[in-house]
Amino acid sequence: MDLFLVVFFLIQFIRQRLNTALVYKEWDKKLLLARSIAIGLIVAFWIFNKSQLVQWLSYPLVAYILYVIHKEKDFESIRSTVQSLYPYVIVSFLGDCFELVAATQYKSYRNYFELAKGFSFLWMLALWFNFRKQQKVLEKEREEQKRKDEENEAKKTSLEYLVAERTQELTIQTIELQRALDELKATQNQLIQSEKMASLGELTAGIAHEIQNPLNFVNNFSEVSVELCQELEEEINKTEIPDADKEYIAGIISDLSQNQQKITHHGKRADSIVKGMLQHSRASSGTKEPTDVNALADEYMRLAYHGLRAKDKEFNATLTTDFDPTIGKVAVMPQDLGRVFLNLFTNAFYAVAEKKRLNKDNPAFANYKPEVKIITKLFGGKLYIRVTDNGTGMPEHVKAKIFQPFFTTKPTGQGTGLGLSMSYDIITKAHEGILDVTSTPGEGTEFKITLPVSLNT
Amino acid sequence: MKILVVDDEPDVKALFEQRFRREIRNGEFEFSFAFSGEDALDYLEGHASEIVMILSDINMPGMSGIELLKTIRKDHPMAPPIVMMITAYGDTDNYEQAMKFGADDFLTKPVNFVELKQKLQERYEG
Repeated sequence: MDLFLVVFFLIQFIRQRLNTALVYKEWDKKLLLARSIAIGLIVAFWIFNKSQLVQWLSYPLVAYILYVIHKEKDFESIRSTVQSLYPYVIVSFLGDCFELVAATQYKSYRNYFELAKGFSFLWMLALWFNFRKQQKVLEKEREEQKRKDEENEAKKTSLEYLVAERTQELTIQTIELQRALDELKATQNQLIQSEKMASLGELTAGIAHEIQNPLNFVNNFSEVSVELCQELEEEINKTEIPDADKEYIAGIISDLSQNQQKITHHGKRADSIVKGMLQHSRASSGTKEPTDVNALADEYMRLAYHGLRAKDKEFNATLTTDFDPTIGKVAVMPQDLGRVFLNLFTNAFYAVAEKKRLNKDNPAFANYKPEVKIITKLFGGKLYIRVTDNGTGMPEHVKAKIFQPFFTTKPTGQGTGLGLSMSYDIITKAHEGILDVTSTPGEGTEFKITLPVSLNT
Repeated sequence: MKILVVDDEPDVKALFEQRFRREIRNGEFEFSFAFSGEDALDYLEGHASEIVMILSDINMPGMSGIELLKTIRKDHPMAPPIVMMITAYGDTDNYEQAMKFGADDFLTKPVNFVELKQKLQERYEG
């Protein structure tokens, strides 16, 4: 009967120790079964009046449990503790065997067996307590370790946090540096660009001066030659040569005169180009004076419009103005800024006229309404001017060159390629502003002027 | 009226002679030419009293038109000829300098001969 109790407590111990209910679910079921059997046997032992048969049944059960614990890997950690049961079980078994085989002799030795059983039981208890003590020490150590681990974990967490913080800072710094670098690169490009423009401008001025003088001679001599031809004609009429010869000579003179006129015409054309170049380079003699920029823009918009209308009667466009009435008067160079407006508007009107002309037979553009728009806005000490058209637009490679002197997309004779380069100089140098352009091929173009202004009302 | 034209471009001679063909033939004007400031001064040495008017370019190699003007005004204060300055640079700087040193008129290149003829005739008649 005492063995059943041992089995019962052993099972409890295993279940608690190894936490089988959660960790080894399979074993837990078997242990519960074994426990039930043990309880069943205890009950049977009492029912059958302390039957020796029931007592014997306890040995296979104990043996089997010990065997399983000895054999299975899962029980390794408690194996040594369980081994403390061995002496008690063996002594009990030997005692029972002896009693069975020689009941009469057993009686005389009974006390020894009882004593041995008691000792083995004490032995078992002693080991048990020892084990528990060890367990407690281990537990304590484990807790210490756990506490340390937690401390380490906390340290680790704080370190990780620090690292994350630093990483964040570094990332922000990197982004800022990258942005600064990008800005520097952009500024450098702008500098290179304006330096190019400046040297081209100077070159242009030099060339213009050199060309101007010989060109003056060409124009003057051709003009005087026309006069000479007229004189010659008059003189011939005074002579007495046959009329047929006179007519022939008159024909030659007329051709000569016409040639001279052609030379004059083309010379004048070249002269106007040179004039444009000189204007381009001319040190701005203009001084800044309080100007109504809205009125100036409006005036030049109309001027450009009527200029084109005079050449092309078919041409029509909507002029849209969106003026900021709060601008009042700002200090600018009115002639120079006027020239910029004229250039921008002329180009805008040209672009919309071209789009209309190119798509004359395209039904998709039947409803195309040419529009040129000007917007002014005073904001934060800066004057923003936008000149927008819904014309032909420009591809990137054209856009890249439009501020270079002599670059033009207009047919020969229609544009000098100086308008925008001059405008660029006027805005960026004389007014220390920004002239920028955005364009979408087929959609339109927008020129953006940004002028720093000192209010002068 | 004797006129001295000072310009470093030799073709100026042909141009003036052709432009003022009639006037030269009529005897209204008589042109002499000098191709530098120094040349002009040399010429004036011998013909100081004959020359009524000087037309001078400003930008010339060597002595410039302005220097020539200064010298003339210094050397011939008694019988000062009329001096007209001609320049390719129509800037105010040149104009002010020319006027300061006693130029009588100021023309810009390309020379408008119709205008020049008119001016010369005014001087001739006046």
